[in-house]
Amino acid sequence: MAIDWQPSASIETLRERARLMAKVRAFFAQRDVLEVETPVLGQGGSTDVHLVSLHTLARTDKGQRRLWLQTSPEFHMKRLLSAGCGPIFQLARSFRDGEIGARHNIEFTMLEWYRPQFTLDQLIDETATLIMSLLPSFPGPLVHYRYRELFHTYVEVDPFTTSLDRLRAIAAERAQMPIQSLADESRETCLDLLMSVVIEPQLGQQELSVVIDYPASQAALARRHQDVDGEWVASRFEIYLNGIELANGYDELTDAEEQRTRFAEDNVERRRLGLPEVDVDEYLLAALEHGMPEGAGVALGVDRLIQLALGKARLEDVLTFSTPNC
Amino acid sequence: MANYSTNEFKAGLKVMLDGDPCSIVENELVKPGKGQAFNRVKLRNLMTGRVGEKTFKSGDSLEGADVMDLEMEYLYTDGDMWHFMKTDGSFEQYAVEKKALGDTVKWLKEQVPYIITLWDDKAISVTPPNFIELEVVETDPGLKGDTAQGGSKPATLSSGAVVRVPLFINQGEVLKIDTRSGDYVSRA
Repeated sequence: MAIDWQPSASIETLRERARLMAKVRAFFAQRDVLEVETPVLGQGGSTDVHLVSLHTLARTDKGQRRLWLQTSPEFHMKRLLSAGCGPIFQLARSFRDGEIGARHNIEFTMLEWYRPQFTLDQLIDETATLIMSLLPSFPGPLVHYRYRELFHTYVEVDPFTTSLDRLRAIAAERAQMPIQSLADESRETCLDLLMSVVIEPQLGQQELSVVIDYPASQAALARRHQDVDGEWVASRFEIYLNGIELANGYDELTDAEEQRTRFAEDNVERRRLGLPEVDVDEYLLAALEHGMPEGAGVALGVDRLIQLALGKARLEDVLTFSTPNC
Repeated sequence: MANYSTNEFKAGLKVMLDGDPCSIVENELVKPGKGQAFNRVKLRNLMTGRVGEKTFKSGDSLEGADVMDLEMEYLYTDGDMWHFMKTDGSFEQYAVEKKALGDTVKWLKEQVPYIITLWDDKAISVTPPNFIELEVVETDPGLKGDTAQGGSKPATLSSGAVVRVPLFINQGEVLKIDTRSGDYVSRA
């Protein structure tokens, strides 16, 4: 059988991609946001239970070390912020094992940027401005939704107060899966499932949708606050276009102790699920202890944005060589 | 049969679901920002032809289905069963039930090769070639004159199918028909 060595994207698409990347860099240059390049390999990895990190062994002057391929450039960029670099952005190669599909590739490019002193609302506006500047035509206005409101509209349940049994039943029914397969699943998993199968496809149609006030349990590396209903929610947002999640932003957690606790909780959950534990990034924790300026940061799947801007069906249509044909 | 995990689900893979063999049409990873991954999978039930959508947890697996597509020529029917013969030179014959034959019953012609889908060596569906040549056995007399003129009339073909044909077509003519749409294409 002949080996298909050809690129996944056409050469014409690669020219378009380069043009869009140049626009991204110009956007940040104009706003005095510094471009940085941080390592793909790190001593620590993402403890997030639902991310599978790749790792490798390296011979270093401190002996053989297990180094993690970064699932996003977040930890290194936060160390730069703690060192006083000011606003920064990066187009970073990131790796998430097993993630392959029309909108996923194991190795992908993340556009991540941090804005010390920005509020979440300011960062939402900047993110929307960037997205719109890269699209060939106006996608419609930016519309805000609260997580709770979306569940009321599309699933007719309250994500905070509905019982777990009922959430499992509704999630199984709406996602067309047997109820038994959700029998041991958490509240978060049921909400995630409903969000991705029922709600997401409705978002970003003739508009740019931004979702805020996620449940506090989905805070990851974001702060938590009480919303207008008195519920504890995560200070984060996601932006959707054409039913596809493009960006995920946080009002960044700067408390080292809180961060250490969340990493530890992740590893406890990993043990419970029989997943490998991930080395906690002590450099990040030390940097937070030193002090990271308050501010907001966002990660944007730039391959997806290029895919949408160029009207391509699959992510690999905008990649030189998709995994595993690489 | 081997088991296949969600990340091996590819269009065309045959798997067992709720006791029926299915063919995977589409498999999409869905993964909320920070949450667990699922796979939304479109499957065609090979017994009913119906396409449905299901969600699996990423990493779940399904048993493979022993399904294969073989080319066979149509031989004859005895009224209960329809008989086909493999075209690989083995002369091996398969009897097909009416249910498995489905709509293809109206596109049958001797010595024409069909694709027979076998599950555990039993025929479950029959796909006709995209184009087939069939004789008109009954239609209103043809109209003389400009053959490019529009208008159509029904014609019954030797296989029993009734299709719309141009007015100039006569009984006894052999026509090329698109079996997917049931449309007249041309005179053969």
